[in-house]
Parts: sequence; C-alpha cells; structure tokens
Amino acid sequence: MKKALLKFFSSIEPDKKKSPFLHTLYDGFFTFALTPDHVTKSGAHIRDGMDLKRTMVFVVLAMQLCYLFGMYNTGHQHFSALGQYVGLWDGWHLKLVHGLIKLLPIIVVAHVVGLGIEFYYAYKKGHGIEEGFLVSGALIPLIMPPDLPLSILALSVAFAVIIGKEAFGGTGMNILNIALLSRVFVFFAYPGHISGDDVWISGIEKVDGAYVGEIYGWGHHLFDSIFKGVGWETFGAGGAAVIDGYTGATPMALAAKGGWEAVTKVYNPSDMFWGLIPGSVGETNKPFIIFGALMLIATGIASWRIMISMVLGLVFTGLLFNAWGATPFMEVPWYYHFSMGSFLFAMAYMATDPVTASSTNVGKWVYGFLIGVVGLIVRVLNPAYPEGWMLAILFMNVFAPLIDYVVVQGNIKRRVKPAAAKA
Amino acid sequence: MFRNVESPSVTKTKLMKNTTLKYLLLLLFWGIATGEMMAQSAGSSGSKSMYALYAVGALLLTGIWMQVSDKFIGKKSAGGAQDGSTVALQQGHDIILKGAPAKKQLSVNVKTYAVRPSDFKGLAPIPKMEVEVGAEVKAGDALFHDKAMPDVKFVAPVSGEVIAINRGAKRAIAEVVILADKEQQYRSLTPPQLNACSRQELQDFLMDSGAWALIRQRPFQIVPAQGDVPRDIFISTFDTAPLAPDLNYVVEGRGEAFQKGLDVLARLTDGSVWLGLDGRGQSAPSAVFAQAKGVKKCSFKGKHPAGNVGVQIHHIRPIGSGEKVWTLNVQDVITIGALFTEARFNASRVVAVSGDECKENGYVTTCIGANIGDLMSGNLKGENVRVISGDILSGTTTNAAGFLSPFDDQLTAVEEGNDFEVFGWLAPSYARPAVSRTYLSNLVAPGKSFHVNTNTHGERRAFVVTGQYEAVLPMDILPQHLFKAILAGDIEQMEGLGILELSEEDVALCEFACTSKQPLQQMLQDGLEMMQEQV
Repeated sequence: MKKALLKFFSSIEPDKKKSPFLHTLYDGFFTFALTPDHVTKSGAHIRDGMDLKRTMVFVVLAMQLCYLFGMYNTGHQHFSALGQYVGLWDGWHLKLVHGLIKLLPIIVVAHVVGLGIEFYYAYKKGHGIEEGFLVSGALIPLIMPPDLPLSILALSVAFAVIIGKEAFGGTGMNILNIALLSRVFVFFAYPGHISGDDVWISGIEKVDGAYVGEIYGWGHHLFDSIFKGVGWETFGAGGAAVIDGYTGATPMALAAKGGWEAVTKVYNPSDMFWGLIPGSVGETNKPFIIFGALMLIATGIASWRIMISMVLGLVFTGLLFNAWGATPFMEVPWYYHFSMGSFLFAMAYMATDPVTASSTNVGKWVYGFLIGVVGLIVRVLNPAYPEGWMLAILFMNVFAPLIDYVVVQGNIKRRVKPAAAKA
Repeated sequence: MFRNVESPSVTKTKLMKNTTLKYLLLLLFWGIATGEMMAQSAGSSGSKSMYALYAVGALLLTGIWMQVSDKFIGKKSAGGAQDGSTVALQQGHDIILKGAPAKKQLSVNVKTYAVRPSDFKGLAPIPKMEVEVGAEVKAGDALFHDKAMPDVKFVAPVSGEVIAINRGAKRAIAEVVILADKEQQYRSLTPPQLNACSRQELQDFLMDSGAWALIRQRPFQIVPAQGDVPRDIFISTFDTAPLAPDLNYVVEGRGEAFQKGLDVLARLTDGSVWLGLDGRGQSAPSAVFAQAKGVKKCSFKGKHPAGNVGVQIHHIRPIGSGEKVWTLNVQDVITIGALFTEARFNASRVVAVSGDECKENGYVTTCIGANIGDLMSGNLKGENVRVISGDILSGTTTNAAGFLSPFDDQLTAVEEGNDFEVFGWLAPSYARPAVSRTYLSNLVAPGKSFHVNTNTHGERRAFVVTGQYEAVLPMDILPQHLFKAILAGDIEQMEGLGILELSEEDVALCEFACTSKQPLQQMLQDGLEMMQEQV
C-alpha cells in the first residue's frame, strides 16, 4: 500500500516552480497520507510519535458524538416544533436526514472557506499547510445555529481566519480562539441570526406573524423518493403549522424572564441534560460532551487544570448568586447552570485551546477560574446576552498573556532572589 | 510543587495530590449527573446531593488554592536540599529501549585515538599546537593549549605517533590523531603532597597534567579558566538517560582512585563537593559512591532526567548570577585520582555499547578519543544505522571515521528512520516510545521496551501545545517562555528565566516530547552563546 501510494503521489506531483500553489496543496495532502521520511538532524536523535496532526485529530475525534447527536437533535427539534414524530425514536430516519441536510452545507462551507484561506497563506508564505484549522473547522459547525445562512457563515469564517489568525502569523500565533471569533462575528454583525427566540430550531419560518414549517427543498424530496421505495414515512411537502404554545425559546431565554420555574414549564431537566432541547448544533447533549472532555483529559491533550478551575469558577459564582438572589435568574440553583446552555461545551473544547489559553500551569488555574466567573456573570446579569461563555473566553483570551506575565515574573523573582540576597 | 526534600511519606502525599485532583473532577461530573437525577425524581429539592456537591466544591477550592498559592504568591525558591536527604522528582519520563548494555566486557582493538579541540567548549578555534605530525608522544604529553590559558594543557590519552592534524572550516583544528603504540608509555608525573601543598600548587599540577581540561564549568559547560575557584563541585553518580551505562559497574575496582579524586576536588573549592546518588531504589548505589568520604551526598528519586547533574544542582543549590560551579563525570574524577594513586595520566574509559542495532551489547574498556570505527567494528547489524557518541537524546552523530568524545561514556546504535509511513500520525504501523498518552500500546504495557528509529514522526510547527515541557523537566523553570525569550533574543529575560542553569542535555527530553518538533537543544545552545557574548 505504501509503495502504491508513493508511486501515485510521485505521478501527480506538480512542478514546484511552475505551479507553487498546486505544489503547496500537493504537499499538504502528501504529508496527510504519508508521514514524511524526515530524520532528526540535531539534538535528540529520537522523537515522540506525537505531532500536531495527531493532536488535532484527537480533539476532532473527541467531538464526534456531539456531531452525531447534534445532527439527530436538529431533526428532532424540527419535528417536535411541528408536533410530528414526538417520541425520540419516531421517524428517526427523517430526523437524521433533516439534520444532515441542515448540517452538511455548514460543515462544507466552513471547511472550504477556512482551509482555502489556510492553503492560500501557506502558499504565499512558502511553508507547509498547518493543521490549526482542522479543529476550528470541526468546532465551527457545532457552535452555530442550524439555520444560519451560508453566506454569513462563510463571511464569519473568513473574518476569523484572516483577521484572527493569519494576520498574527498563522497557527500557534493567534490571540483569540478562531472558532469563537467566527461566532462572535455573527453575534455582533448579524445579531438577528444568532440570538432571540426564532433561530434555534431549524426549518421553522415566521410567515405573517405565525410560525410554520418551511417548504422542503430538493434535498428532502430526494430522500423522500428513497424512503417511499422502502415504505417508510416521508417528509411530504412541508409548510405544516407549528403546535400550540410553540415558543422556540431556549432555556436561557426563559430563565432570564422567569427563573428556573419558567424553564421547567417548557423543558424538563432530563431533556436538558440529554440535550433534547433547541440550541447550537453540538452543545446540547451533556453526557457526550463530558465523554469527550474525559477523553481529552485521559489522553493528556486538553488541560485538566483549565477544566477543573472553570467548573470551580462557575460553582463559586453560582453559589454567590444563589445567596444574593436579587432576580429570578440568580435564584436558579447553581448546579442547573451545568445543564443549561453551553458551559460544558465551552469548557471541554473552547477554553482548553492551548494557543489562546494561559501557557503556564499556574496561569491555567487562574484563567479557567476567571472564565467560570465572568461567563456566569454575563449569563445571569447581562440582560442583552443570553449566554456568556463565548464572551468570557474571548475576554480571558485577551487577558491570558497578562496572567502568564505575572507568573513568569514570579518565576524570575524567585530566581533572582538568592543571588541578590548574597550580594 | 515538583520537588520536595522531606521524608518519603511527605513525598507520597504530594505525588497523590495531582492524581487526586483529576479523580475529583470525575467525582464532580458524577455529582452533577446524580444531582440531575435526584432533582428529576424529587422536584427541585435534591438537598442531600446538593450538600454533597457543596462539599466537593469546597474541597476543590482548597485544592486549587494549594496549587496556585505555592507558585503564584509563595516566594519559595529552588534548591536547599541538605546533605543526606532524598529529593523526589515528579516530572520526567523514562524512555525504555531495546539494546541495554549487558554487564560483560566486549573485546575491541583500537588503533587510532584523537583529541579534538571542539570537544572542549570555550576554546578559540585554532589552539596553539605543541606537537607536529610525526612526533612521538607519551600518554599525558601536551598536544596543544588555548592561547587565552597557556598553562592548561590538552594532553595525549595514549602514547604513539601523531599521524595527522586535520583541519576543518576556516583552518580550525578539527582533530589531532595518534596511532597508538602496542606497549603504552606514560609521561611520569610527580604529584604534590595533597595535604601539604597549597591550592595554587595543586591547580598548577592539574593544569599541567591535562586533568584540568576534563572539568566542566557551568554556566556554559566550558573549560574553567586558569586558577578559577568554583562555588561548589557536583558529580552525578548515576545516569538515567535511555540505555545509559550502569555507573556502579563502571566504577568497579576503581574505588580507590575515585575517592582520591574526590579528595583532590575538595581542595579546589571553598564550598562542597556534592555527589548525586541514585535514590530510585532498583539497585543500591555502589559502596564507592555511598560511602565516599569528605563529600556531601544527596539522593535523587524519579525518572529521567533525575540523573542529570544540572537537575541535581538545581535542587541542591542553583547557580545564581555571577556564580560558577564545576561538574565532572565519574570517570573524570577517577582520572584525576589516578594522577595521585598511579602517578600518571590514565585516560582509560569504560564505555557502554548500546542500542539494538548492535550485534552485541556490553561494555568496552578503552581510552578517551578512541576511534569509533575500531570500537564498533563488526558489531553493527545493518547499513542504515546511525552511531551516536553519547546517549540517544543528547549525543552527537558520528561514524567510523569519528572519535569518542572525552565526556561520553556511551555509544548508541540506532536505525535511521528515513522511510515514509502511511497515515503515521493516525494509525502508527509500529510501536514507538512516547510521552504522549494517545498511544494505546504504551498505556497497556507501561514497562515495554521499544525498538526506535530516528524519524521525526511529523513536521516542524510553531509552539502550539503548552505544559508539555514542564511535565518532563523537574526544575522550577518555564521552558516554553525561556525558548521564546531566546527566539526574541531577550538576554535579560533569558537570564531571569534560568538559562544559565541549563545545558543541552537537560532539555533533551523536552525536545523528544515536543509536539511541534522544535530543535530545543540547538535553540538553547544559541541562547547560551548569546549570553556568553554578553559576559
């Protein structure tokens, strides 16, 4: 297999001088398929098997369950709103296909735009294609609302990769988390598409002030013809009316208005824990996120220090708010904050990004703790933003170098001291 | 957090703390899950689980505070290990490879030896030669000296004929090659009376006899200048590097010379001579080390690089700014002792022949500067093999035409990894040693020994992963910030972050573990050179 692959690659290798861009692309795919035959030249003669590709891929693997569930839940929420196939496994094929039809374009667009820019810059700067976007590209679809227009998505990804990363020098040099930067771009530039009650369930439109299901497109019809052949339920034409009492609001929006009671009127805690509620694509199912987090901790890829301290920050602030209790949202018991919203997702995959987090072990404790504190403050106290983790993490991304600076200065002081004492 | 000099029981509790915290995280998740369940079954009054969670939260808060306060607010500096204490190091990693040297002597016939000025750091590239091609020399006769320190002689390890003085780039002298006599002749020395002579006399004798050149001064690992007096002298009596020689075996039968060497060194410093003893417990340190007199001893327990003298200095008494310490290898101490016990420059070295690309692994008894081709002749399995003078992490690549460095007591043969691997980053086709916990084979069989090759297993990238170097460097140093300071050329920051405490071998394991495949030893060397120019 190796010989065949090598032969294949050498047969398609483009000329480096004539078409440098193609050669950069070729090099990217070549090193993807075949680990290069580079040997150590100086220093340690042997090296750990770990490289950046493997690191990144393990993060992507850790979120696969979130992908699968996010896809299913997108469909499940759509049909629940219409009052069809209310049971979890009723019409499972339709839910899966609906999720796929919504999600696939997001994944494709995010990768084509992000990787395209990455390839271009690799060619421009004359270095190999770096792996940074593998994780960002996998995260972006999970943190967007399922109905986000693709043009907005493309714009946000381009903004994040160019301004957030390439402007600073590429993978490993960025100050802000790329995936969150693309989301925050949508958040501030197109607030109507990412906040409010209307956006979190896919395929529901507001027509003359009333919510109705969308008219299904060619994708749905294509699968309909297949399902019809097998004798399963089909999508039909679409455009059905939503059920009575449909709001489309997320638990967060409800809690801001009426506290925990208002939340439990619409969603039961078990559904919230297992993720059968509207939300961003990948953040609703808590057990799968916890599984991913544990996998990242077990393999040593993500920092357990950041995760623990972030949980502590949330618990600490949650207890403080419970004791204070000035608004209904403050009175929401602190432990329910874990199952509402995207805290766990932010903790497992966003805050632990090694490039943008604090780089010292001590700094990581402080960094995570403060994300927990700031995030919950934004979530509970700020009337305009229903969720705080994105802003809290970006905020602390900016402060991470400052935390590190203090830690580094502490280290320097410890060292200078004995000599100074002697002199 | 990574070191303590207290009793073993304290060590254990500290070791446990890190792991405990991880398990508490698990517990917390479990707590959330059960709290959720109970809340469902009993409305929102799951008060019992709530209290349990409060307790867990409080416990964790204490834990985090202990972790952070120690380094963030506490002003505790490194060092301070006492005579006779044991230091337990938590960070590090043992790379277990196939081809460890067996305790047997291999017979070799070495014809040529060489002394290379480049092996001694801090010399000018063109030293002043004292012999010419064709000259007959005895073992211990001066070959050359550095113009800045004319009294420090670099001597012939064996007697014979100088057959070549090879020059390298810019006419720098690369090596002085000697064809050895069958019957070795030694220059006769008259050592001063150790108890009666002055320090000056002793220094003069060591410089003239050639033993001074075997001392290495930190920072910078250089040959000490004429008449320098170090703050302390440090000797590590065990080697934790992969496939390292067993120094207990190496020192067998040479205890008298070793003790004499220690006595000599004790006269050269106003401070102490420190021995770093093996405290890992697999094998007791040889009586030669454990019962050495006139020195202070400190045991070190932990994985590689616990045996590195730089790590030991850091925990005994770190090198402050403006301070100089000396380090010596065990066999260099023996050579110094032999000047007095045998009245001659005895350059003999027991060298481990390691690596599973050798047909036979064991030890050879030879001299400083022995020809590698002669040492390894007929002992290599294949063609595609790299021979390393030194250990596999910090040694130098050599070949049949090369010579053993005076400071190396190990040769390693390793397969060149110049081959492609299909999807090597995802599904490795053969087991490989790794610090990373993403390799299943390393997790299920922790003591497994590996066949290795020199493939980099990936391409060079910018620094991305953090905390990786700290996990394998048992020193209060922030390696990643240090390396960034070196890249930025920020001298002040480099010194503040402890570059003067490090030498290449100390960061070799960091380089092995590095996900981004950064050339850390080269970078450190560049940084040290920058520092040296400033001094």
